[in-house]
Amino acid sequence: MLALFYIFLAVAVALGIWQVNRLTSYGKVILRNDKNEEVTAISKLEENPLATEKDNDLHGKLFLAFLIGFYVLMAYCLFFLNDLMLPESASIEGENDDNLFFISFVLIGIVQFATQGLLFFFAFKYRGINNRKALFYADSHKLELIWTTVPAIVLTLLIGYGLYTWNDVMDLSDAEDPIVIEVYAQQFNWQARYAGADNTLGRGNVRNIKGINTIGIDMTDANGADDIPVRELHLPKGRKIVFKFRSQDVLHSAYMPHFRAQMNCVPGMVTEFGFTPKFTTEEMRLQEETVRKVARVNKVRKEKGEDLYEFDYLLLCNKICGASHYNMQMKIVVEEEADFYSWLKQQETIAELVK
Amino acid sequence: MSEHHHKETFVTKYIFSQDHKMISKQFLITGIIMGVIGVLMSMLFRLQIAWPEHSFSIVEAFLGHHQTDGVMDPDMYLALVTIHGTIMVFFVLTAGLSGTFSNLLIPLQIGARDMASGFMNMVSYWMFFISSVIMVISLFVEAGPASAGWTIYPPLSALPQAIPGSGMGMTLWLVSMAIFVASSLIGSLNYIVTILNLRTKGMKMTRLPLTMWAFFITAIIGVVSFPVLLSAALLLIFDRSFGTSFYLSDIFISGEVLHYQGGSPVLFEHLFWFLGHPEVYIVLLPALGITSEVIATNSRKPIFGYRAMIGSIMAIAFLSTIVWGHHMFISGMNPFLGSVFTFTTLLIAIPSAVKGFNYITTLWKGNLQMNPAMLFSIGLVSTFITGGLTGIVLGDSALDINVHDTYFVVAHFHLVMGVSAIYGMYAGVYHWFPKMYGKMMDKTLGYWHFWITAIAAYGVFFPMHFIGLAGLPRRYYSNTAFPLFDDLADVNIVITIFAIIGGIAQVIFLVNFFMSIYKGKTAVQNPWKSTTLEWTTPVEGIHGNWPGKIPSVERWAYDYSKPGYDEDFVMQDVPLKEGEEES
Repeated sequence: MLALFYIFLAVAVALGIWQVNRLTSYGKVILRNDKNEEVTAISKLEENPLATEKDNDLHGKLFLAFLIGFYVLMAYCLFFLNDLMLPESASIEGENDDNLFFISFVLIGIVQFATQGLLFFFAFKYRGINNRKALFYADSHKLELIWTTVPAIVLTLLIGYGLYTWNDVMDLSDAEDPIVIEVYAQQFNWQARYAGADNTLGRGNVRNIKGINTIGIDMTDANGADDIPVRELHLPKGRKIVFKFRSQDVLHSAYMPHFRAQMNCVPGMVTEFGFTPKFTTEEMRLQEETVRKVARVNKVRKEKGEDLYEFDYLLLCNKICGASHYNMQMKIVVEEEADFYSWLKQQETIAELVK
Repeated sequence: MSEHHHKETFVTKYIFSQDHKMISKQFLITGIIMGVIGVLMSMLFRLQIAWPEHSFSIVEAFLGHHQTDGVMDPDMYLALVTIHGTIMVFFVLTAGLSGTFSNLLIPLQIGARDMASGFMNMVSYWMFFISSVIMVISLFVEAGPASAGWTIYPPLSALPQAIPGSGMGMTLWLVSMAIFVASSLIGSLNYIVTILNLRTKGMKMTRLPLTMWAFFITAIIGVVSFPVLLSAALLLIFDRSFGTSFYLSDIFISGEVLHYQGGSPVLFEHLFWFLGHPEVYIVLLPALGITSEVIATNSRKPIFGYRAMIGSIMAIAFLSTIVWGHHMFISGMNPFLGSVFTFTTLLIAIPSAVKGFNYITTLWKGNLQMNPAMLFSIGLVSTFITGGLTGIVLGDSALDINVHDTYFVVAHFHLVMGVSAIYGMYAGVYHWFPKMYGKMMDKTLGYWHFWITAIAAYGVFFPMHFIGLAGLPRRYYSNTAFPLFDDLADVNIVITIFAIIGGIAQVIFLVNFFMSIYKGKTAVQNPWKSTTLEWTTPVEGIHGNWPGKIPSVERWAYDYSKPGYDEDFVMQDVPLKEGEEES
């Protein structure tokens, strides 16, 4: 990779020398003197500062070459970098997201290939020739109408589906028996608490932070006593999870990319987001896309002599929050409901911890 | 006014000039200097991203105590991306682009002696200069410059305890930007008044070149939206310095509960983006206006769909004021708002598409002159389409959930701003250099500049979409904290290498620009054989622009290759022939 760069540097230096030489060269030129006779003189070599027919030809062809190169780049990225993209959605609501993504990309992909093709092909085909007159074609109401209404219709349909998906994801009012979890962000780590047996979170505020009550649960609130603070998220497969987010200090963002979930954590406000996990951690680890990803990652890690990676769901911070913004993470484990409840039973409530 | 004889001293001609042509050059040079600083910063932080724990002597040389053994500190990384963004968006692409070309071209293309107020114009430049100086000074503050991102959301930007750059660095940033906003507003008012009031005889609004329409509408957007940024900044100053709680509430930091109560960071986001979104169109529209001019001239064809282009500019401008929430889909605001903003954002795609199609149709059956300005304009259409299409993904709220604040966004906005708008600026410089300096820039250097930049630009920003789709967040000092992202390291290295190549390629432009001022071939009066009024003024550029009477205008600006004429262009001040119809 670096070799490529050194080659470029060498080319750049050579190019620089060549061009400086050209710009400072003197040579024999034939000029006309006042008597309109031809005279040979030594002068700065001057080229025509305007594009000549030769220039038009060269750059027209270069545009065509650029188009081909661009198509190759796009195809390469779409096919070879495709595997780098996130695997199948690990939440049920995220499936709609992924469908929408796919449709959108197909649409913009078609438009991209078509318009870039037309643009650069025209740049090549109509490269300037001397004494050819261009076509005086200033307007066409028909064309304008077509390329206003067609995008309008296509976009309306796309956005219609988009809004349906958005409402489906964001509307938590009809969630049946959700598990309510608070996720608490601070510089620079995450904490969470489960709502306990009453499935209601107690009030929380930074003014209640004291000792082991690091997330400020209001101990006078009856709903709060049975809340269970944790530093690792466990989620039951197949149940709707409703997250309530708080922040202790600055803006953070709870980003759970595998679930297609993200929501800012805002100090002074409780924000929310919900999804239903679809695959347990174990199931996800066995998926083909994940296996390939882990293999790629471990290849890199082995070279650097680092511990091998095993797939885990992750919560990361995605809103600039200070120096360690790049290292603010919490592990998420998705398991069968039964395993989830037995894990939860083993955790202590805040009431127990404070005692 | 043409009889205005005043003795010009060195100071009144070159420093405190009220001549729009000199002021435009002042804006350009200042913009170029700030651009160099901005690019240098991007080189530094790209080095950090590609080779996170590697020691670089260049890092050691530039970053003082903000680095350890050649590895930059995390705070400084955030400071660099913050100031990079601020400089590029405001100082280079707003002042450097609008300031330069609005000033240079408005009086010349509408047929006026100078701007409506030469004095206010001069003040506008010097305020810009002062704000630039303050922004650069903020780099040398002990605790570091502002580091909360160019979007400076509170509480991070309000509390020095949250990040050191939010101390004096942030204060200087706010002072600099307040002066910048004032400069921009004064300039915009001047542009609007001049275009409305000082057009020469016959220059109806519908005969104005598209460049004028673009600068005019851009100035209007500026006047409407910049004051809101100022208000956002003022409230932030109050929270920072006077203990108010506009944006702050319930904060526990450095072991104590702060006193703030009742404010919301989301308020700041609304106020900021109410400017922030129109701002990106303030950046883009002038570039599109320049492109219309350059493509028409170099295709020897009228710009296709002149009226539709004007309509599109107006539609984009109007819509740009009602889409700001698409930056805030997951801010915690009511999801219903998200639906509204998705809808309006979709609408803005339509006039943008119309412009793209019109540019391509202008090329069709043209006779394309491949001057460097033309190359950049064609390049702009390409990157504008690429970047604009990914905007459709980002504007769709459901999709934004997963790509918000990832490298997908970074790729999108760089393609439309960092590449398209810059290409527009370059096209403008190559095209109007003869007007500014009476000389021609070197063609071959221009060609090398374009092609290396074009390849590097796509090499940097196209693959970037994919690491964003892989979930990689932006503004991360290092990607090594998550094994999840280890397989993206190679792509990041390739991006950095292309970025460095692209950065170095801009040296070609700098050399060409400054060398041509002194050693460039003397220009003729109308080198590109363009139809617009600026090419009827003498090459050497005189105070008051035209030596005698200002020409009056008889036709629109795009009579290229018009049937019935031998030459392939007819200037705007040439009367219509008997029986000739105006387009």
